[in-house]
Amino acid sequence: MDLEIGSPLTVGLILGVVIVTAALLITVERRLLGFWQERLGPNRVGWFGSLQVVADMIKIFTKEDWIPPFADKFSFVIAPGIIMSVVLLSFAVIPFAPNIGVIDSNIGVLFVLAMASLGAYSVMLGGLSSDNKYALLGSLRAAAQMISYEVFMGISLLGVVALTGSFNLREIVNAQSDGWYIIPQFIGFVIFLIAGVAESHRLPFDIPEAEQEICAGYHTEYSGMKFGMFFVAEYLGLVLISSLITVLFFGGWLGPTFLPPIVWFSIKAFAFIAFFVLMRAAVPRPRYDQLMSYGWLFLLPVSLINLLVTGAIILSSQP
Amino acid sequence: MIALFYIAGAVAVISTIAVIMQTNIVHALLYMVVSLLAVAVIFYVLGAPFAAVLEAIVYAGAIMVLFLFVIMMLNLGQHTRNEEKSWLTPKGWLGPSILSGVLLAQLVNVMSHLSYEIVPEQIGVMEVSALLFGPYVLAVELASILLLAGLVSAYHLAKPK
Repeated sequence: MDLEIGSPLTVGLILGVVIVTAALLITVERRLLGFWQERLGPNRVGWFGSLQVVADMIKIFTKEDWIPPFADKFSFVIAPGIIMSVVLLSFAVIPFAPNIGVIDSNIGVLFVLAMASLGAYSVMLGGLSSDNKYALLGSLRAAAQMISYEVFMGISLLGVVALTGSFNLREIVNAQSDGWYIIPQFIGFVIFLIAGVAESHRLPFDIPEAEQEICAGYHTEYSGMKFGMFFVAEYLGLVLISSLITVLFFGGWLGPTFLPPIVWFSIKAFAFIAFFVLMRAAVPRPRYDQLMSYGWLFLLPVSLINLLVTGAIILSSQP
Repeated sequence: MIALFYIAGAVAVISTIAVIMQTNIVHALLYMVVSLLAVAVIFYVLGAPFAAVLEAIVYAGAIMVLFLFVIMMLNLGQHTRNEEKSWLTPKGWLGPSILSGVLLAQLVNVMSHLSYEIVPEQIGVMEVSALLFGPYVLAVELASILLLAGLVSAYHLAKPK
């Protein structure tokens, strides 16, 4: 069995593995949360709760898929499809290993940013078409949050791009063979991490779906598989952000040769997934205005200064 | 590749017509996004991947999101839909159709004298940036001054009293 970039087998495997990982994360996250909060978590179905995801899926697939009569049907139906497709499309440019990937693109980083910005439509349309005040409030919050944090996410990556001199994610990984970018780009890494959490609107930045304030936010009216798609897409976003951090700042598949490259990639990506779950267990949710002013008044200047200093150092070190 | 160009072009034209015909403003906006993405595909096929992805990020991803944001705030309902319907009368179509028909005829006439050969040469980010900060640096600076003016006026409007 030969895996090479862009062959149908590789593409199918990547799609399958990524979706199954995202679905399994639902159980893994609940078990990890239970562990960190000193309780059991779901442990009844299967070996230590490993089949909980199957039970969840059966429930979600057999539930009535209800569209509210007052909803705008067209937008209501396509909203969950948009987020699933843009997140899955983003995986096309992720270099999992030297021979595993969908496309070797010269605009890889920009492609991911474009897909992230299109993802905003999903939450906005979901909330707007539901015709429900909680959903509308949730999607207003989501829209402002996603547009704002996209900016810092883009600027924080530019340091890495400037150091490599390319938008190609494979070249970014190869350029890190002398040392991971986490060391020269530590500030960029921290900003990217924060913006990534905000982009995938997970705790502590899950303000668009804050249960205590606005029910479930933009997906209040969704049920059955459409809700399932929003739910799985959130975990897919988590996998995507973890893979991106691995690729941009932690050398992607690079590592000592006693393990194959794909294993190194998976270990690093899973470490970040676990870190995001730990953040969910440990950090309280900020207020909405705190989130916005923190972004624009703190993250934006810091990321611009980081880019400026990086550019100055690159220029001065050139002969 | 040339087939992709024609498919994307057809999608762009059809979705732009749908933008005008739609009375539901949210649906019209979605067609607008589809049209912009189709234009991005056209750029990509013609060998400008950087322009294509910028079209997706800036137009489809940022400007149209802001449009949708404003529409959400305005809370337009059945009333605006009826208003839109009352504007789309056959009489209203007549004048614009004649004028744009004349323009289209001229455009087709001019285009028919051109050669159709497309050189599938990929222009990378480096080449575009070298042009932007070389011969076109004045235009870039002027555009940034315009953006600065917009920023200052936005700050003035939002300034706490």
